[in-house]
Amino acid sequence: MNNLILIIIGMAVVTYIPRLLPLALFSNLHLPPFFKRFLEFIPYTALSALIFPAILSATGSLGSAILGGIVAIALAYLEINLFLIVSSSIAGVLFWELLI
Amino acid sequence: MNTTTTIKTGVKKGSTIALGYIPIAITFGLLAKSTGIPAGITILMSALVFAGASQFVAVNLLQLHTGAWEIVLTTFIVNLRHLLMSASLSAKIKNKIPQSWIPLLSFGITDETFSFLSLTDKEKLSTGYILGINTIAYFAWVGGTALGVYLGQGLPAIIKNSMGIALYAMFIGLLIPSIKKSNSVALVSLTAVGISALLNWGPSFLQQISRGWKIIIVTILASAIGAYLFPEVGETIE
Repeated sequence: MNNLILIIIGMAVVTYIPRLLPLALFSNLHLPPFFKRFLEFIPYTALSALIFPAILSATGSLGSAILGGIVAIALAYLEINLFLIVSSSIAGVLFWELLI
Repeated sequence: MNTTTTIKTGVKKGSTIALGYIPIAITFGLLAKSTGIPAGITILMSALVFAGASQFVAVNLLQLHTGAWEIVLTTFIVNLRHLLMSASLSAKIKNKIPQSWIPLLSFGITDETFSFLSLTDKEKLSTGYILGINTIAYFAWVGGTALGVYLGQGLPAIIKNSMGIALYAMFIGLLIPSIKKSNSVALVSLTAVGISALLNWGPSFLQQISRGWKIIIVTILASAIGAYLFPEVGETIE
């Protein structure tokens, strides 16, 4: 429990500093273009690294995980509401686990 | 305009963001609950970190018993993009916001509040306006988390098990629309998936790397490759 609180405080500090520094210094931060571009790509590469391959072992079986993943990809491609994507994906997994 | 009026305007404008946050925050609370993280810890995380994607990542890493330092370092890397947003805002609100408000207002920078403020007329940006937007977004996030944790207590076991997919479905839901919009994002994401596969199924010395470090390595390597291959700035971020 104490360890968890420390992790959260650590997360809070490292999240707050990049938010604060450029504004607090009130300077136009001149980042090299390469670094700027690098930062722009981070959300996408981090998400990719998180999704794959961990998604394959996210549920009780490989089959249900793949079905849940396909449902999520298909609905995300249609750009519907995030909550619906998540619930449909869960429903897909449930369907597989209960029926197959 | 006086401050009360600008705060009210900000709250009104920010309610769009809040509406978007609530379902995600509920999902976050539900997920954290289903992975066995104590309710107070989950709510504390939303209250102190206030950065959606990284919180989902942290829950995922906690669930996999990743080390504390890896979790903090991953959070740092995932949230480093706020540096860009803060820098961009500082150029925009220079001399308009008293220095004493900066520590509080910068805490509220998220992908969504930033996009919103970037699209707002420069004349409308004031301390009260930004404060209003940040406040409603913040309370939607923390309140939604608490609601999710509460709802998570009553879920039957079979649903909880199936919820293992929820986090990844959410990541997919965040990633795919950006992949659709930009070829460079699509290619860089594929590169990340490729490196990730190599670290997981490649030579055994690579497989031995812990999950937290794998994510850090993939993120840094694929983003660097992306910046090298697609150097034109501003093409991905709308």
